Amino acid sequence: MLHIEDLKVQIEGRVVLDGVNLDVPEGKTHVLFGPNGSGKTSLLMTIMGFEEYKVLRGKIYFRGEDITGLPIHERAKLGIGMSFQRPPSVDGLKLGELIHLIGCEEDKVEEIASEIKFEHFLNRDVNVGFSGGEIKRSELLQLMAQQPDLLLFDEPESGVDLESIVLIGKTISDLLKERDGGGRRYCLKKEREKRKRSGLIITHTGHILDYVDADEGHVIYNGRIACEANPREILREISANGYEECLRCLTQ
Amino acid sequence: MSDSIDNKKIVDRFAGEKREHSYIEDLDSVSTADKERMRLAGIDTTTRERSATYLQKDHSLVHCNVTQEGLEVMDIKTALETHGWLNEYVWRLVKPDKDEFTKQADEVPHLGYFIRALPGVKSLSPVQACLYLATDSISQNVHNIIIAEEGSNLHIITGCSTAPGVASGLHIGVSEFYVKKGATVSFTMIHNWSEGVVVRPRSSIRVEENGRFINNYIVLNPVESIQMYPSTHLVGDNAVTSLNSILVAPKGSHLDIGGRAVLSGKNTRAEIIARAITTGGTIYSRGQIVGEVPGVKAHLECKGLILEGGGSIIAIPELEGRAEDLELSHEAAVGRINQSEINYLMARGLTEDEAVGVIVRGFLHVDIEGLPPELKEEISRNIQKSQKEYL
Ligand SMILES: Nc1ncnc2c1ncn2[C@@H]1O[C@H](COP(=O)(O)OP(=O)(O)OP(=O)(O)O)[C@@H](O)[C@H]1O
Ligand SMILES: [Mg+2]
Repeated sequence: MLHIEDLKVQIEGRVVLDGVNLDVPEGKTHVLFGPNGSGKTSLLMTIMGFEEYKVLRGKIYFRGEDITGLPIHERAKLGIGMSFQRPPSVDGLKLGELIHLIGCEEDKVEEIASEIKFEHFLNRDVNVGFSGGEIKRSELLQLMAQQPDLLLFDEPESGVDLESIVLIGKTISDLLKERDGGGRRYCLKKEREKRKRSGLIITHTGHILDYVDADEGHVIYNGRIACEANPREILREISANGYEECLRCLTQ
Repeated sequence: MSDSIDNKKIVDRFAGEKREHSYIEDLDSVSTADKERMRLAGIDTTTRERSATYLQKDHSLVHCNVTQEGLEVMDIKTALETHGWLNEYVWRLVKPDKDEFTKQADEVPHLGYFIRALPGVKSLSPVQACLYLATDSISQNVHNIIIAEEGSNLHIITGCSTAPGVASGLHIGVSEFYVKKGATVSFTMIHNWSEGVVVRPRSSIRVEENGRFINNYIVLNPVESIQMYPSTHLVGDNAVTSLNSILVAPKGSHLDIGGRAVLSGKNTRAEIIARAITTGGTIYSRGQIVGEVPGVKAHLECKGLILEGGGSIIAIPELEGRAEDLELSHEAAVGRINQSEINYLMARGLTEDEAVGVIVRGFLHVDIEGLPPELKEEISRNIQKSQKEYL
């Protein structure tokens, strides 16, 4: 589904990723770990196509197609979607209106919002004054309307209270489920054939692993992928020895 | 003064041949094209959701009808004949010698409307008044008087528009508003002119104790130039005003729009909010708040968005505090659309143009107090339409 080759990315004149190789096969969910500032968000933003993340070298393939030079909305149309760590707010645009614009039928907006207990926010301007946890729900709701095939989640559970995390976890797991036509029940767009979905989730705490079947984990360190292993093992390793060990891995 | 010479030149430019128009009993007989022009100025020719309608074409009153008891709507000439006392209200808030345009309105008057709510009367639906320019290159000089008697509630929509094919003209409008004790006036003015029209409204408002004056001004379509600076005087204690404007200037439009609020009554409040977008035209967004007594509060806000097209926005907020212990503030920002907002929406599958459109619409969508829902929708539609055409 997603295939990345020797990616080198620069932002504001600074190289943040250098030599990233990654494969997320169809139907698989991978998890990304890494210390603050290691380049996790940068990797997701580059996959999504944000131009300020300048690709200096390497290629990104989605379902075999080279998308390295595609504009953001075309990637979205192909089936890539992202839940942002720090999305901007949009004054004057009601969340409910956005959900409809994304592709949800107007009279179904409230129904999907209630699935994530967010129906009372539909009349608020998108992300304006939303708390940290509310932002996460706003992001997931938008993905529920969008129903992408490759889902990128940037720390979907950070800052979320223990009770809400169950809801967030279930929603993510549901978004990642294999879909047939019925999966796009609220969407105006053409039904797609049965498709397996893939996910790439950034997490620090690993709480999300309790809800999602993650197939593989990676650690980003200094702009490179340091290892590939079972996500729970990685989490255990990081908890025990910190990220220093990754440096050793990298230099081996 | 060079200003007055320029003003004289403007007045002289529009000396086209005048025409009389006959009275229209049934507004349904108005041509579809005219109806559409009026609709874009907020005027509903079906009059279904209106408690009264006043329609003036060039210099002629062509329709006037009131359906609610306690409301008076007529042309100013008839009103002066009907009410001897009305002289006390004419040229009291605006002076005829203020400039070339007020002088013109005084010396060469072409009617204008008189709208009054009797004490305690609440308009059940808006009163609508339409000033229509149907002949090219003439001047229409109106004088309007609005009186909300004590405890009344008056909702007015005025739409000004040119007929199809009328490319140029001059509209001078002197308006004097009297909001008496405990009365509320919500006044929404929508301008829908054409490229060669010069517009010079001259308005002043007097608000008494516990009175409220809400003014909404909307201009989305091209015009040669508009210059106005309505002045609201909160003379009574606890009087409140809110002045909102939504301005779009396509290439060629020159908008110089301001608003002044003078707070001289105890515990008075004022809010002036402007949203300005240029797609090539020039916008001066002015605002002045004068606090004359302790304890008053007022806020001025102007947000400007410069889209492609090389236009400019000049925001000029002025605060004048003349007493201790008052709170006057302003907030102004002029810039372009935040790219990260565009990108965010594109990540949800919207094209760049769609994203810009949505953001612009959101920007113009100030929650305007006192607008009936159908007018809100109408404005929304107008914004979308002008967006398609000019943005
Ligand atoms: N617009 C920018 N201008 C300058 N530097 C940037 C910009 N965006 C990101 N960076 C830098 O790039 C590096 C990688 O940032 P990134 O957001 O990818 O980290 P991250 O791994 O997601 O961290 P965290 O766990 O804290 O979210 C950081 O050092 C960051 O400061
Ligand atoms: Mg990050």
